[in-house]
Amino acid sequence: MSLLSINQLSKTFVTANGSVNAVSDVSLDIAEGECLAIVGESGSGKTTLANMILGILQPTNGTISFDQQTLTNKRTSAQRRAIQLVQQNPLSSLNPKRSVGASVRLGLDTYNIGQKNGRWNVVEDALEAVGLDRNMRKRAPAALSGGQRQRVGIARALACGPRLLVLDEPTSALDVLVQARVLRLLNSLREQHGLTYIFITHDLAVVRNVADRVAVFKSGQLQELGSTSDIFSNPQSTYTRQLIGAVPVVDAAELALRNKLAEIKP
Amino acid sequence: MSALLDIENLQLGFKTLNGRVDVLHGIDLTINASEKVALVGESGSGKSVTARIVLGLLQETRTAKITGEVLFDGQDINKMKRRTCAQLRGTQISMIFQDPTSSLNPVFTIGEQFAEVLRRQDFKLPRSACESRANQLLEDVAIPDAQRALSSYPFQLSGGMNQRVMIAMALANHPKLLLADEPGTALDVSVQAQTLTLMRDLVTDYGTAVLFISHNLGVVREFADRVYVIYQGRIVEDGPTSALFANPQHAYTKALMKAVPRIVGSGLSEVPEVSDAFLAPRISHSDIT
Repeated sequence: MSLLSINQLSKTFVTANGSVNAVSDVSLDIAEGECLAIVGESGSGKTTLANMILGILQPTNGTISFDQQTLTNKRTSAQRRAIQLVQQNPLSSLNPKRSVGASVRLGLDTYNIGQKNGRWNVVEDALEAVGLDRNMRKRAPAALSGGQRQRVGIARALACGPRLLVLDEPTSALDVLVQARVLRLLNSLREQHGLTYIFITHDLAVVRNVADRVAVFKSGQLQELGSTSDIFSNPQSTYTRQLIGAVPVVDAAELALRNKLAEIKP
Repeated sequence: MSALLDIENLQLGFKTLNGRVDVLHGIDLTINASEKVALVGESGSGKSVTARIVLGLLQETRTAKITGEVLFDGQDINKMKRRTCAQLRGTQISMIFQDPTSSLNPVFTIGEQFAEVLRRQDFKLPRSACESRANQLLEDVAIPDAQRALSSYPFQLSGGMNQRVMIAMALANHPKLLLADEPGTALDVSVQAQTLTLMRDLVTDYGTAVLFISHNLGVVREFADRVYVIYQGRIVEDGPTSALFANPQHAYTKALMKAVPRIVGSGLSEVPEVSDAFLAPRISHSDIT
């Protein structure tokens, strides 16, 4: 049964130079516990789609249903709490004037989760769940490394007890080693908490190792949708092949596979 | 052949309120003319400060204590007068930064910024000559409608276009050495691949030597002739790209390789945060063969 269902969703922005179709006529179903990767180049409409799922933007056309209920312009607190976001840049997404703990606690206060006097405990539990020290809640974001900040971003989303996490390029600002650790953490959290992920990225190598299904976007349109193993064994659209062809690789086996997949079908 | 850039036993420490923090512990690195060399390591390993020392920027920071030799064309940058060193920047040595949008000035057009770069070499260069030269350079980096780009502000162009503008500016005065600090990180995969191919072709044409700083081994493999791996301010392994990738020897290099997600789908491997093995002595591939 699908947790999130997107039906013929479109978003048009009106600008001084005419209108831009950022997302056109997209339909998708995401099952509970699944990790769906949304892939595409900059400007392909990935983030606009995520913003509509989160309720930050209102769709021009189409509907989004979560847990069999259609999400309207005015969402209930429970609906907003169930879908949480992890942003791309961990430094700019945390308030530099608040302590890490205060940032994580904000969601608990907003959604009125638990007893007031027990909320710092929930915050510390969330920090511990992402592999940070419990007393780190008193630190300022500037005193943390990039990887630690991204963990705080994940803890902040987790603290609200969401069912669906929208991860908007969660590792693209991190170096390779830190990226590997954060991705492993995300995988284990998904198993532990039975979470559903929408993983937005332009890095296909990351997708190959974390996602169950992949949706490839170009210019706001869904180009290809399939299981990760299908996309990486037999990509159908030319655009997917081009994207795979652009992935930097480190060894000969990968190079051979990439060149084979990137070949344009006659 | 004498090296274009020869760094010997470079050490760097910063004075802080909590005492001295050592950042570089004796770096040895050489780059020959027209050679593409990569410096690879994680965040905080000392990659970017090395580039800043080569540019002579960190020498101006009061809290930085630098010892060792940085010979560029036989002259020690550490002992150079401020003015002489400033003259090298933008003419003999130039740099491309990670985030193109924030490294271009938002209140000047691309054309005005180009003129500033070109006049570092020849300060009497007339406006018309600046324009035609900038036009030519933008065409070299495959920017369509160069005239429009020149009259635009950086925020009116895409990230990929801005990065190509940065590459064109950095190569405008045909420098001997280009320092590229993670030039593809802020770009998406397909734009990154196009930009780096373009940059590689241009530096090969111009005969420019490159110090390419990155944490992405896949990108390094496609770009560099030789690789240095840096960990906590120490070079731990170096050698020709093909040899190093075919047979990584040092524990840290192996960990870096393992951390890269593969499109063959081998899963995500566990990488230890710190390990004594990472501090093992340096391995040079020329010694092994």
